[in-house]
Amino acid sequence: MDLHQLWTILSTPDNVPIVLLLFVIPFYTWYGLRQSFANDRLIAQLEKDPVMAKTHHRKTQPWRPGWAREVHVWPYLLRIEFLAAIILTVILMVWSITLNAPLEEPANPTLTMNPSKAPWYFLGLQEMLVYFDPWMAGVVFPSLIIVGLMVIPYIDENPLGNGYYTYKQRKFAIWTFLFGFIALWVSMIVIGTLIRGPGWMWFWPGMTWDHNRLTFDVNRDLPDIFGIKNRIGKILFGGIVVGIYCVAAWIGVHMAIVRDAFGKKILARMSLLQYATMQLMLILMLSLPVKMILRLVFRIKYVWVTPWFNI
Amino acid sequence: MAEGNGTNGTSGPNGTPGGAGSDEPKSKISVLLEDSKVVKEKALEEIKALKQPEKTDLWKSILRVKHDETPRSRALGVLSNVFLHLHPAKINRDAVAYNYTWGMGGMTFYIYITLVFTGTLLMFYYHPSKVVAFRDILYLEHDVPFGKILRNMHRWGAHMMVIMVELHMFRVYLTGSYKKPREFNWVVGVLLLVLTLLLSFTGYLLPDDQLGFWAVTVGTNMARATPLLGHDGPFGPQMGMTAFNDVRFGLLGGSIVDSNALLRAYIWHCIAIPIIATTFMIVHFWRVRKDGGISGPAPVMLESEIKEPRKI
Repeated sequence: MDLHQLWTILSTPDNVPIVLLLFVIPFYTWYGLRQSFANDRLIAQLEKDPVMAKTHHRKTQPWRPGWAREVHVWPYLLRIEFLAAIILTVILMVWSITLNAPLEEPANPTLTMNPSKAPWYFLGLQEMLVYFDPWMAGVVFPSLIIVGLMVIPYIDENPLGNGYYTYKQRKFAIWTFLFGFIALWVSMIVIGTLIRGPGWMWFWPGMTWDHNRLTFDVNRDLPDIFGIKNRIGKILFGGIVVGIYCVAAWIGVHMAIVRDAFGKKILARMSLLQYATMQLMLILMLSLPVKMILRLVFRIKYVWVTPWFNI
Repeated sequence: MAEGNGTNGTSGPNGTPGGAGSDEPKSKISVLLEDSKVVKEKALEEIKALKQPEKTDLWKSILRVKHDETPRSRALGVLSNVFLHLHPAKINRDAVAYNYTWGMGGMTFYIYITLVFTGTLLMFYYHPSKVVAFRDILYLEHDVPFGKILRNMHRWGAHMMVIMVELHMFRVYLTGSYKKPREFNWVVGVLLLVLTLLLSFTGYLLPDDQLGFWAVTVGTNMARATPLLGHDGPFGPQMGMTAFNDVRFGLLGGSIVDSNALLRAYIWHCIAIPIIATTFMIVHFWRVRKDGGISGPAPVMLESEIKEPRKI
């Protein structure tokens, strides 16, 4: 256990935001879900008792007849905003006084940094380079993340949970986002920052970053494992495997949606275009963890080998 | 308070002596003393009036409306102020609690303002040129008064902004706030997220140190693998792409990260992206209001209350 190495990584100024993320993301996940569960309990209560549902103000926040439903922005909101601005300024100043922004040696194209890392918020994409070729990890997937986020409001046909925290009424949506945001985006950033060392090799926390470390990973392509040697065979085989994955993922996603009656109800509301878009995005998103397992556990580099592109 | 002005000159020094000279003509000094007494009284009166500055014309001209404890004044105080007018006059009583919004959107905007402010100050000390850029940073850190804290605030503020934007998105998702009628504002928000990341990324190269240089090298190397448009990407060579005409060349202004790349990063960072981001922010905030203010906390809806979707 090399505590000094661990401290060096954690205390690197540009890594401080990731250390911050490790606390902030779990906190706000808990903070949001706690309110979701509170609302869910209220919803269950109201569904059991239709009379109460008619008269209840339908919030977990306190309410009494005679209370105004709205308050003046001045002073009730503005004072909070002013206070937030002051607190934020103080935090930023204290942080800036105690910790200096990093400045390395002057740029030197002849001296490669090892490891040379992108800024922390792109480390998820850089980590993706291990599992996919640059055209996928650096161009296609980032574009798909952006497009995928943009289409969310247009494919989510569930009218419930608009303007309040809830888990039970939006299980599929919540799980999808938690998976994409926390299990993929944030944890890949954490891996890229804290785990990946020289040569972008995997160093568990506490391991010394040995610049002379050599690993003898034999990366294989899936067709080679099956003994397929000729080019056309590889193209066909890879295509078939990718096709099988797509169908399997499609069925998996579909099963996850129609697990309960409510999911079926929402599915019935969706147009074919909405359904196809959602399936496309989710199949592509799921391909990342699948490829991660193939690579990290089975040391398989490519599944589909062609002269023009490899996946 | 201006009353009586100019009416007290009856016995002024230029006044004609009254009557047939029955009185001794007042001495010039006593006239002057009397006059000064009037001026003094006037001054006292005006000073007394200053105790109520809100009654002065100057005050009224600046603030336009009365500011007292009436609800009407409170509303007008927000609505008639250019900096506050994005707020509605009244909001949902439960929305002011921290637990619903987490305050992330507003705080992101505040951090953005902080970044514009510190960034402008930094621009006074920085030349986007390969020869002096790094030295400017050293100068800033060691010689410029408060230069170090200025740079630190800009750096850490940028990191905070990225974290806050992501948390803001997280909250909006968990509360389902992207649903009708706020779908398009979510799209604008995603664009703002991308612009935030690009702002931070273009700023990374500017100190011209090893950290920024290699980060940008790694980052832009991905662009060379763009399908069709990068010389290393699938079908790129077939499209006639080389290292000197592909999309990476356009980003860097060259085939390597050098002085042109530094200048491009500088202009994107300081001028182009801030203008684009500000424009989208205006749209974002405008749409928040037009789509009915912030989304909640709304009364919960029950499954039995779902209406049939409207067919087009």
